Amino acid sequence: MILMGEEMREMVLQEVQREMLINMLAQGKRMDEREKYGYRKVNVQKGVLTTAEGSALAQIGDSKVLCGVKFGEMTPFADRPTEGVFMVMAEFLPLASPVFEPGPPSPESIELARVVDRGIRSAEVIDTKSMFITEGKVLAIFIDLYVMDHGGNLTDTAALAAAAALSDTKVPKVVDNKIVRGDYVGPLNLPDKPLTCTFIKVGDHLLLDPLREEERAAECQLTVGTVDGYVVCMQKSGTGSLKKSEVMERVDVALKKGNELRDLI
Amino acid sequence: MVGSPAPDKPVLFQDGKRLDGRALDELRPLKIVAGVLKEADGSAYVEWGGNKVICGVYGPRECIPKHDANPYKALMKCRYTMSPFASLEEHGRSGPNRRSTEISKVIKEAYDSVVMTGEYPKTQIDIYVDVLQAEGGTRIAAIAAATVALASAGLPMKDMISGVAVGKADGQLVVDLGKAEDNFGESDMPIAFKHRSKEIVLMQMDGKLTPEELSANIDAAIEGAEKVYALQAEALRKSYDVTEKQEFRM
Repeated sequence: MILMGEEMREMVLQEVQREMLINMLAQGKRMDEREKYGYRKVNVQKGVLTTAEGSALAQIGDSKVLCGVKFGEMTPFADRPTEGVFMVMAEFLPLASPVFEPGPPSPESIELARVVDRGIRSAEVIDTKSMFITEGKVLAIFIDLYVMDHGGNLTDTAALAAAAALSDTKVPKVVDNKIVRGDYVGPLNLPDKPLTCTFIKVGDHLLLDPLREEERAAECQLTVGTVDGYVVCMQKSGTGSLKKSEVMERVDVALKKGNELRDLI
Repeated sequence: MVGSPAPDKPVLFQDGKRLDGRALDELRPLKIVAGVLKEADGSAYVEWGGNKVICGVYGPRECIPKHDANPYKALMKCRYTMSPFASLEEHGRSGPNRRSTEISKVIKEAYDSVVMTGEYPKTQIDIYVDVLQAEGGTRIAAIAAATVALASAGLPMKDMISGVAVGKADGQLVVDLGKAEDNFGESDMPIAFKHRSKEIVLMQMDGKLTPEELSANIDAAIEGAEKVYALQAEALRKSYDVTEKQEFRM
């Protein structure tokens, strides 16, 4: 048996798969024969947990992300004493990939959580003003993203899981300024579902919904978050660069594809 | 075991049946699926009553840090953790804590006795278990998943491990404790066996039992574990059935 560390394995795969991808793209083909703006099979299952106030399992291709939404009580931020808070956290479980290690959150998992958070925050879909309990106490919504299998494009899978879980969320009853577990006032008001569309750039090509293999070969990545008709967050990551025209074309694609994904929730 | 107990103790038995209508020696519904993850070398998903547990296995692979490597055998490692949304109560913290660190240790040691680690010197084998939803008996559900995940990773094992929690609630011997029986019962004893020899590879106990009760508990656990084994073997068999490719559902 040849023992090779995961980092070394990644470096070798990166070289091999980049060459393979460029050769295939020159023949107008993607590794899995998909069109450049096509998604893999998308599957959303809502209400998968009974212990959380909202939950969903999203799968895009082989990628799997579970989202659990829990309510809590918290001291509000000093500058917004009457507004509730929400936060998005992502956990890259070590079982999801040979390159995910146990330990403190990696920069990648923090970036993913913050991109999803920005989408939900800018879209203003959560009415934090309705989450006031009493002076010095507000409701908090914890949105936890559990990455369980890394088949590429974790950002879109996670945003999909989060939006689906929020649309499944019930608001708990508050009695005597305390949450009553298991008793609900009704569904969380969610006027829209912010989702993301992620592209990778290889040479002059930009491909939607990258496979793990395509991500390895990519120069950079562009994520466009949308609600119906609006862009709500963007993130370019990786070392390469993008032209304005390249960005604008993908914004149009993201607005269209975002609506198709929203219909699946 | 999980979360903080409510102040009022519920009635644990009614008309000779348990809270959820089970007989004393009856297990909660148990579903095991092998090979649910693509990236992991081996994996399994288990739903046991209200428990939902996913397990992924990696290895044998390079041992990190290198100075931990054993020149004679593979190093078994286990990381059991509970999700922040696993319990009905408030949002928990993700990552390991004192409880999960102990559970990780006893799980790892159980498998160290069956996986043929001597075949893979200087390497490590990682068992990652994540409890997505908890309802009492999560370490035993983790064992149900980890055995199947290790086998589906193709690792040679001397035997399979299956277990069940037994205990005492309102003076009665019960098999596969639910959350209320766990919180309000007098004793809880998770226990796991090698399938063929019935040797104990994991055992923990809290509560107060006479030696006679303890002996009866172990006998009841052997029977319970046998039912778990049958489902583990079935899950593995199904995962090699190419005609029945199932998609992952929770």
